[in-house]
Amino acid sequence: MTEARWTHDGYEMVVGLEVHVELATKTKLFSASPNRFGDEPNTNIDPVTLGLPGALPVLNKYAVELAMRIGLALNCTVQPCTFARKNYFYPDMPTSYQISQYEDPLNIDGWLDLPDGTRVGIERAHMEQDAGKSTHVGGGEGRVHGAEHSLIDLNRAGVPLVEIVSRPDIRSPEQAREYVNELRAILLAIGASDAKMEEGSMRVDANVSVRRPGAELGTRCEIKNVNSVRSVGRAIEYEAKRQILMLEAGEAIRQQTRHWDEGDGRTHTLRDKEDADDYRYFLEPDLVPVAPSADWIEEVRASLPVLPAARRARLALAAGLAADSEAVGSIVDRGQDDYAFSVQAAGGDIGRAVVHMKEAFAEMGAEPVLPAADLAGLTTLEIEGKLTATQAKTVLGELLEQGGGDAAAIAAAKGFEAMDTSELEAMVDDAIAAQPDAWEKFCAGEAKAMGALVGHIMKASRGQADGKLVTQILNARK
Amino acid sequence: MSPFDSASEIAAGVRSGDLKAVDVLEQHLARIDARETEIHAFNLVIADAARQQAAAVDAIVAAGGDPGPLAGVPVALKDNMCTRGVPTTCSSKILADWKPPYDGTVVSLLQRAGAVAIGKTNLDEFAMGSSTENSAFGPTRNPLDTDLVPGGSSGGSAAAVAAGFAPLSFGSDTGGSIRQPAALCGVVGVKPTYGRVSRYGLVAFASSLDQIGPFTHTVADAALALQVVCGHDPHDSTSIAEPLPDYSALLERGVEGLRVGRITDLPAGADPDVAERIEQAFDALAAAGATIVDVEVPAFTYGLTAYYIIAPAEASSNLARYDGVRYGLRVDAPDTHAMYSATRAAGFGDEVKRRILLGTYALSAGYYDAYYGKALRIRRLMADDFAKAYAQADVLLTPSSPSVAFPFGSKTADPFAMYLCDTYTIPANLTGEPGMSVPFGTGQNDLPVGVQVLAPALGEPVMLQVAAELERAATDLTAGGAS
Repeated sequence: MTEARWTHDGYEMVVGLEVHVELATKTKLFSASPNRFGDEPNTNIDPVTLGLPGALPVLNKYAVELAMRIGLALNCTVQPCTFARKNYFYPDMPTSYQISQYEDPLNIDGWLDLPDGTRVGIERAHMEQDAGKSTHVGGGEGRVHGAEHSLIDLNRAGVPLVEIVSRPDIRSPEQAREYVNELRAILLAIGASDAKMEEGSMRVDANVSVRRPGAELGTRCEIKNVNSVRSVGRAIEYEAKRQILMLEAGEAIRQQTRHWDEGDGRTHTLRDKEDADDYRYFLEPDLVPVAPSADWIEEVRASLPVLPAARRARLALAAGLAADSEAVGSIVDRGQDDYAFSVQAAGGDIGRAVVHMKEAFAEMGAEPVLPAADLAGLTTLEIEGKLTATQAKTVLGELLEQGGGDAAAIAAAKGFEAMDTSELEAMVDDAIAAQPDAWEKFCAGEAKAMGALVGHIMKASRGQADGKLVTQILNARK
Repeated sequence: MSPFDSASEIAAGVRSGDLKAVDVLEQHLARIDARETEIHAFNLVIADAARQQAAAVDAIVAAGGDPGPLAGVPVALKDNMCTRGVPTTCSSKILADWKPPYDGTVVSLLQRAGAVAIGKTNLDEFAMGSSTENSAFGPTRNPLDTDLVPGGSSGGSAAAVAAGFAPLSFGSDTGGSIRQPAALCGVVGVKPTYGRVSRYGLVAFASSLDQIGPFTHTVADAALALQVVCGHDPHDSTSIAEPLPDYSALLERGVEGLRVGRITDLPAGADPDVAERIEQAFDALAAAGATIVDVEVPAFTYGLTAYYIIAPAEASSNLARYDGVRYGLRVDAPDTHAMYSATRAAGFGDEVKRRILLGTYALSAGYYDAYYGKALRIRRLMADDFAKAYAQADVLLTPSSPSVAFPFGSKTADPFAMYLCDTYTIPANLTGEPGMSVPFGTGQNDLPVGVQVLAPALGEPVMLQVAAELERAATDLTAGGAS
């Protein structure tokens, strides 16, 4: 469950996230070089990537399509768009300008719903090219400051990115993490990006400010170098507290870009706003405007799969669970919800299937090895009262080990026989007689006392009694 | 007219087997040997590579094949056109040793058409200038009078044709850099419609204005060259996909029934000798059956101002890649920013630095609207005004250059005086419409005068049609001994 509100000394945090994702194209945004992570440095290059004199960018149409998929999945309006040059000198930017979308981005005005129901606005999701990668050698901790020399790998230069800019609608570290997780789930579901934060194909910058609830927005700081979902929460929490401390000490917040240091758990000043580059944006004269036709947009929209939120809702409804329950979330994350529905289609109980899958299928992908019909058989035995939950778990273990099989046969071989109600009633009588104190306390309303009684019955039945049924009987007798 | 063979004559001869490409080449190399020291049209002559290419062309003919429409035609390329493995310097120290790993599209097209590349021609550094005095490797001299400039920035290409070093050369035109030197050297020069010729492999000065085009002795040669280099290129996103017309089709048709526009509010500034020739050009066309109509293009006057915002703005960005990191000159310094500064301080000449500064300023936060934004509005107004003019006229006639060729150093002290050279040529770059200069008699000191023919977008056929008529009339002018 997400913590919707975070407050500290009477302040709240106001957070917007800028998430860069590398698109899962075969080639770069403006050239035919491969878009591939992990290759030998400076092998995926060409005149355009190198920014050679005379080279010209040509837009990768598939990148536009993937960017549109992102926009449509985030409920954005797709509009005619243009590219601009963002001018700045940096050794890993070969042309000394980044081609990005400035005034007219492809996608605007969308939203993303968090599992807890919070709606985070999406201001824009625009296309741009990635820079190369600099490795600073000989300085402290790989920073450029104090380095003896720098190595530049241009394999990443020109890789297509979409920058997804949220509105400042996030109010807690937990929501920020949920936002990143949900966004990642959507990107994976629509095949737009492999969204690996550890490989940098998904990168998060956070704009953080604090205020008294209801007050005007405070001055924000942009936090960079947030490289994991966990750091997103840590970094913004640290930053919010830092700002509150400053305000409480009577100091003003300066608009800054700050660097998150994973090691010391702090943010450090990178540059003040006054020191920021003047990017001198202007329309990229080497490219023409892109106006996706209504037909193209609808074609892309129609090709979108059912998104994680809808899949969670669908599964939760079928399984009788909450949409933000952990079981539903993890099964949808793994893409196993279709499998759960095929267990249902095979006559099984989807509720029991989800309970089993949550733990037992954790290491599996979207297509578990166990035939859905076999899991269906198992859940049927449970529903019919022929197996207890504990027994079912044992049988499932066997099924998974064998890669399938008949649950009933395995249960029989293990000697699992569900006791009928009269046998259980007798065992309850024995337990009450054996532990009168516990019974009295239980009757007096001490729920904890039930444990001793159930324990007695389980022991007597050597674990074969159905705990749920036992509880029911005990409650009825009270 | 020209004492030299035309590209059309050479190509026809080589294709028929009457001429050998190798002989044609040697004839031109001999002329280069004789006068290049004095003229300095070239940054580099690639005689050996040219001999191989010429031999290959002859071999195709000998085998009964057709090497293409420019078979055996020696061609000189402005040194801002990328040639694989051959230095492409932009006449700048910053690229003095740079060899592109690829051929630009025009270079490839020429080779495929059987042309024989003979060298890379001198230019004002990064095509910024109107006299070729801004070359880091020394100026080019006008073959008609070596005390005078050849114009610029494609001065080397214009001089190469005028001196008979090549019957065909290519330049780039961002604000007049083909048409003005063509006028000053007495040759034909064409700036096609923006997007008609691929810019892939042309080192950018101002991307939204740059366009490659030919220099030739005759209008027919220009049509032949355009037929080869025009067309859609998937490597250039701004390239036009329209089918190509036959550029030679209308050359002999005359101008009967055509409407030739005279811009009544054309900015003043043309010297009297030039102005007089332009009047004669109108007369000649009228005599040939054209109707002369008065049109107004109010925004014409603001062209120069808008251009000197837009072109430097784009240049400041295009030239930012010369940072010493990957290729070209690097001047070492203690840290990266110091290296950038040292490299760019040493690598760029004064005019290039001036324009980078102008452009950086024009795009800066707080000044953008006042300068760049306003210039873009003028550009739109210009397009609207020309559209109205072309509703009344098929082509427009103006001088190509306000003056005939001028002496070295006469405008270098005052950048603005130099910028005024492009007054009449700049609007066509801002609108993306085609324009060409065709020699039409002489002005003071018997120096050639160029008439500029302007046409609407993709109007090259009618532009060439009118230029061909002026070419015929100019022959009569010379024959008749007028003025």
